[in-house]
Amino acid sequence: MTAEGGTVLSRKRRIALGLGLLLASCVAWGQLTIDITTTGGRQVPIAIAPMGGENLQPQAVSEVVAADLARTGLFRLVNTSGVSPLPTEPSEVNFADWGARSAEALVIGKIEPSGEGRVEVRFRLFDVQKQSQLASFSYVVAPAQLRATAHRIADVIYEKLTGDKGVFSTKITYVVKRGTRYELQVSDADGFNAQSVLASNEPIMSPAWSPDGSRLAYVSFDQKKPIVVVQNLAQGTTHVVANYRGNNSAPAWSPDGRFLLVALSKDGLTQIYRIPANGGEAERLTDSPGIDTQPAYSPDGQWIAFTSDRGGSPQIYKMPANGGPAQRLTFDGSYNVGPRYSPDGKTIAFVQRGDSGRYRIASLELSTGQVTVLTDGILDDSPTYAPNGKMVLYEAQVGGRGQLAAVSGDGRVRQRLTSAAGDVQDPAWGPLPTN
Amino acid sequence: MKKLALYIALAILAAACASKEAKEETPVADKSTNVPATQAQTGGNMVKPAQPAQPVTGIPDQLLAKRSVYFDFDSNAVKDEYRGMIQAHSRFLSDNRDKKVRIEGNCDERGSREYNLALGQRRAEAVKKIMVVLGVADNRIETVSYGEEKPVAMGHDEAAWAQNRRADIKY
Repeated sequence: MTAEGGTVLSRKRRIALGLGLLLASCVAWGQLTIDITTTGGRQVPIAIAPMGGENLQPQAVSEVVAADLARTGLFRLVNTSGVSPLPTEPSEVNFADWGARSAEALVIGKIEPSGEGRVEVRFRLFDVQKQSQLASFSYVVAPAQLRATAHRIADVIYEKLTGDKGVFSTKITYVVKRGTRYELQVSDADGFNAQSVLASNEPIMSPAWSPDGSRLAYVSFDQKKPIVVVQNLAQGTTHVVANYRGNNSAPAWSPDGRFLLVALSKDGLTQIYRIPANGGEAERLTDSPGIDTQPAYSPDGQWIAFTSDRGGSPQIYKMPANGGPAQRLTFDGSYNVGPRYSPDGKTIAFVQRGDSGRYRIASLELSTGQVTVLTDGILDDSPTYAPNGKMVLYEAQVGGRGQLAAVSGDGRVRQRLTSAAGDVQDPAWGPLPTN
Repeated sequence: MKKLALYIALAILAAACASKEAKEETPVADKSTNVPATQAQTGGNMVKPAQPAQPVTGIPDQLLAKRSVYFDFDSNAVKDEYRGMIQAHSRFLSDNRDKKVRIEGNCDERGSREYNLALGQRRAEAVKKIMVVLGVADNRIETVSYGEEKPVAMGHDEAAWAQNRRADIKY
């Protein structure tokens, strides 16, 4: 142990001096390729040893764990080549050797048959300096579940080392547009296992996860106009929630999953209404002379943030959850729209048009009114928080095409998820899995 | 397995979508040829009263054939050049009381999708207001929007954007 002291845990939030680091990791993963850029900030050096027996499996678990952690921009992967034999048990770990490789954390593990075609995956996480074990878990799974198991391991490691929940086992949804063909897809947070849950020759917009992750609400144009549909993902069943005269759009779930806020134009210009998620009467919540749309519940269900141009330019307001007097929240510039609360309810991400005419993702700290511009795109849209609040996924226009990108809450870490073909747009990040 | 159920549901859904491609659009120009000459004449007289010597029957057809109103950036103001066309459609609706009309608003790609959807609807609403003033019953006009989702011009410059800031009159 060095005299400098400080364990992985106590160092986790220390910010290093020095110039910006550029880590460009470009790995083709399924449909989406992810480029990561981090600027400044300290990265925890972590060694993730290949797991014993994983070369016999359809999925190398350690590679998925390493990719998950690297993608956050918070970790630096320590080279494990030349370590022989690779440790798979605590007694086989040579801490001095790992310390010499400047690793502060070490992950080892092994995969063994456990009968009935299943395998047992055991992993251990160590603090190299303290030579102590921080976590140890084992999972008995079918080989086809190894990728999901790797995400769960990455979640444990991430939480141990940063104090925040990992989001590697979560899902995202987004719309893929190829020519005149639209698909609503759901994939793992790393872009793998993309599945089409809806296909149409008409646009699909604004997917929103139910709080339990079992249903998606979205805007369908199959009836040649925007209507709001809820789809049960496991059953594939759909039901129309809002099909009133005019536009029906912008669905947003209440935190308890019982209601949807929607934007309807049935009474003239677009206004905000509340509808039971299983269907029922629309109850009007706003009554302004302009457009009110893009509603979002605060995580505690007490407030609704939304876009309104009642004051002349589109700005973000909030009002009590049952309607009532609205309070304006944004004042910089002439275009602030599309609010989304962070999971802790302290921050709102939104779309801001800057002086240059560029549309970028910004965040508003509600307690201070402080606005931080997070991105530097030309046409960024649809911010959606990771369920741990650490990243904001959004749509960017790159080379004339819609692509997904993600940025850390402080703007320091950026990822771009590029697709081989078509436009990828309107992302929504799903909830933490319920175990 | 749940997954299997999902795939089956998807297959059904895909089939449902595929069978839904029936064309609903009927060009207005075709319909207007059936308009009795007297009606057409009325329309022509109102639009071009200064040219009584000209054959007037063709004029409403020409105006009815036009179905798009174009807007400036960030604006839902209907420019004067579209008044005659909107008048012709209003007259057509007054003379054909079984017809309903849908006005579809559109936006260029700039800005947020959902807000653009609402902006497109406001453009459609602006056209509707003129028709209502001209005597078309409110409940015969539905205004909807495609926002930025259905651009007719695919470019990313002002030339393309100008074509996409539009309200279409559809029967």
